[in-house]
Amino acid sequence: MTSSAAGRLSLWLLLTPFVLWILLLVLVPHLQMLRVSFQVRESWDSLSWGLDQYQNFFSEAYYWRTFVRTGVMSLFTTFLTLLIAFPIAWYIAKMARGRAKGILFLACLIPFWASELVRTYGWMILLRESGLFSAWLQALGWVDGPVEMLYNDVAVIVGLVYNGLLFMVVPLVTTLDGMDENLVEAGYDLGGGHATVLREIVVPWAMPGVVSGCIVVFMLTLGSYLTPVLMGGKDSAWFTEQIFTQFITRFNWEQGAALGVLLLFLSSLMVWLGLKLSGQSLRKVMG
Amino acid sequence: MTTASDLSCHGLVRRFGRQSAVDHISLDVPAGTFFSILGPSGCGKTTLLRLLAGFDKPDAGDIHIRGQRMNDVPPNRRPVNMVFQHLALFPTMSVGDNIAYGLKRRKVASAERNKRVAKVLEQVGLPGLEHRNPQELSGGQRQRVALARCLVLEPTLLLLDEPLGALDLKLREQMKIELKHLQKQFGTTFVYITHDQSEAMVMSDQVAVMKNGRFDQVAPPEDLYREPATPFVAGFVGDNNQLVGEVVSVRDNLAEIRLEDGEVVRGRVASGGVKAGGRAELYVRPESLVLTGDALNEGYSAMQARVRTTLFDGANSRVEAAKGDQPVYARLPQDGSAPRLTTDGIIRLAWDPMLARVFAAGNP
Repeated sequence: MTSSAAGRLSLWLLLTPFVLWILLLVLVPHLQMLRVSFQVRESWDSLSWGLDQYQNFFSEAYYWRTFVRTGVMSLFTTFLTLLIAFPIAWYIAKMARGRAKGILFLACLIPFWASELVRTYGWMILLRESGLFSAWLQALGWVDGPVEMLYNDVAVIVGLVYNGLLFMVVPLVTTLDGMDENLVEAGYDLGGGHATVLREIVVPWAMPGVVSGCIVVFMLTLGSYLTPVLMGGKDSAWFTEQIFTQFITRFNWEQGAALGVLLLFLSSLMVWLGLKLSGQSLRKVMG
Repeated sequence: MTTASDLSCHGLVRRFGRQSAVDHISLDVPAGTFFSILGPSGCGKTTLLRLLAGFDKPDAGDIHIRGQRMNDVPPNRRPVNMVFQHLALFPTMSVGDNIAYGLKRRKVASAERNKRVAKVLEQVGLPGLEHRNPQELSGGQRQRVALARCLVLEPTLLLLDEPLGALDLKLREQMKIELKHLQKQFGTTFVYITHDQSEAMVMSDQVAVMKNGRFDQVAPPEDLYREPATPFVAGFVGDNNQLVGEVVSVRDNLAEIRLEDGEVVRGRVASGGVKAGGRAELYVRPESLVLTGDALNEGYSAMQARVRTTLFDGANSRVEAAKGDQPVYARLPQDGSAPRLTTDGIIRLAWDPMLARVFAAGNP
């Protein structure tokens, strides 16, 4: 009796930090944001309820265009990250042996010891007009004058792919590591070529890792702020910038909250769609 | 090539560093036969099989399948399929898709494909299981799916890499017989590797005993058992008793050997180099040993040994005795003819010298 009561107490004590975390840092702010997003400021001291902020979003082309652009670019970035990460993960999981495996894994991890800001500045040093790449191209005589490679969509995607790479490589290495090499050999033995074995055997096996990596990278990319702001040009606006502007620059919390809710809705919708289309369940992918 | 051989290898070598895993192996497997390669782990049998499947390339030598040189043919173009040790059924596909995988690669039309999948499943005794997931099947059923997946492609050669190793004992006994029947039914040439001599003996038409990358002997199971060509084969295939001593004389192909304790025993000479004054090993099987009283069959060789214990195992019951430090096993007939044995009692074991084989000691 007393021991079960003590057990229950210790369970609650163990759960408390987690419950507080979820409650205070996730649930309450989101509910608060949802509430604020439905408020309409009538004058400096009076509020009423309404859908005005959401109407603004749909009537103002700049908002929803940025919204769609951010979604599409995030999808593209995620796909590109997958394409780049898969061979890397395959090499680490299946080709590298012993020490080499650990060192390669570490090589993927080390950039993440520095903050996103530092990594982004790193790319800026390489890509800007007076940067390394531009200098090399001039030294090689391939271009006549300095080249500006920063402040466009390509630069943004380069930075975002780089930021997402580790989060794609890790789940892929984990799933590919558990694959029996004989499956690949059997695939060849029964008459399959490289493409067939990849399509019919390796990718289906790696699907949980692919989906889990894609979900994480997509959410990170969609919600990233520094990279698009620092590396993007005046035409490559990211939706997070809009939210920032509403909250900080224009002090329009109601509009900012509505945009935030929409972004959350978009990322949830995409994750749900991804799981549905790939036939995976969240439990299998994240477990 | 005049003989109808499905597989013929000549002087195959595969080196890893300075070690030769496969060391000048030549073999010839007639069409439609069951050929086993038997050897302890690490003898190079898996390496040899991988050379045949095409996953690995020989450093020297040739592989011919139906007279066609295969050395530079990749695994997906060889008329060879393999049943892997852990089967390697594709877990993301149903049983039917597993079997249809190879047919799809050959661009067999969908209707024809379904028909052939259904037919081969019936042949291996699993009709109607197309839509099941391989993980839902029992070990024996998975085994059969792995076989069906290869046999549906009608390969010239089917390679099997110890596929029974993962099964429990009873199922293994059953599958042994089943494999043999399936091989006869399909008429496909099987090359089977195993470290289990009973599997090799029961199923094979020919067994090659492999040691350190070489074949010690290639023969039908019966010959292997009765006429082992080397001490290794004699010791590895079936149970055998080994007695070591000095050769006293060699006459009419029979050698007399004086054991450590001075007793003289006889056996048939099985290798060159057995000379008076040299060391020799005599191998005699437990079932050739007869427990005798004072009466002794004419021409039999006999020796005394001390009983250690009896090992009752039905028809397989044996007595463990000691000759010096050497354990000696003799079959104990369970028909009431065996005398009562007491621990540490002295018994007399006799055998027909023609059934014992003598090798020069120290011979590789």
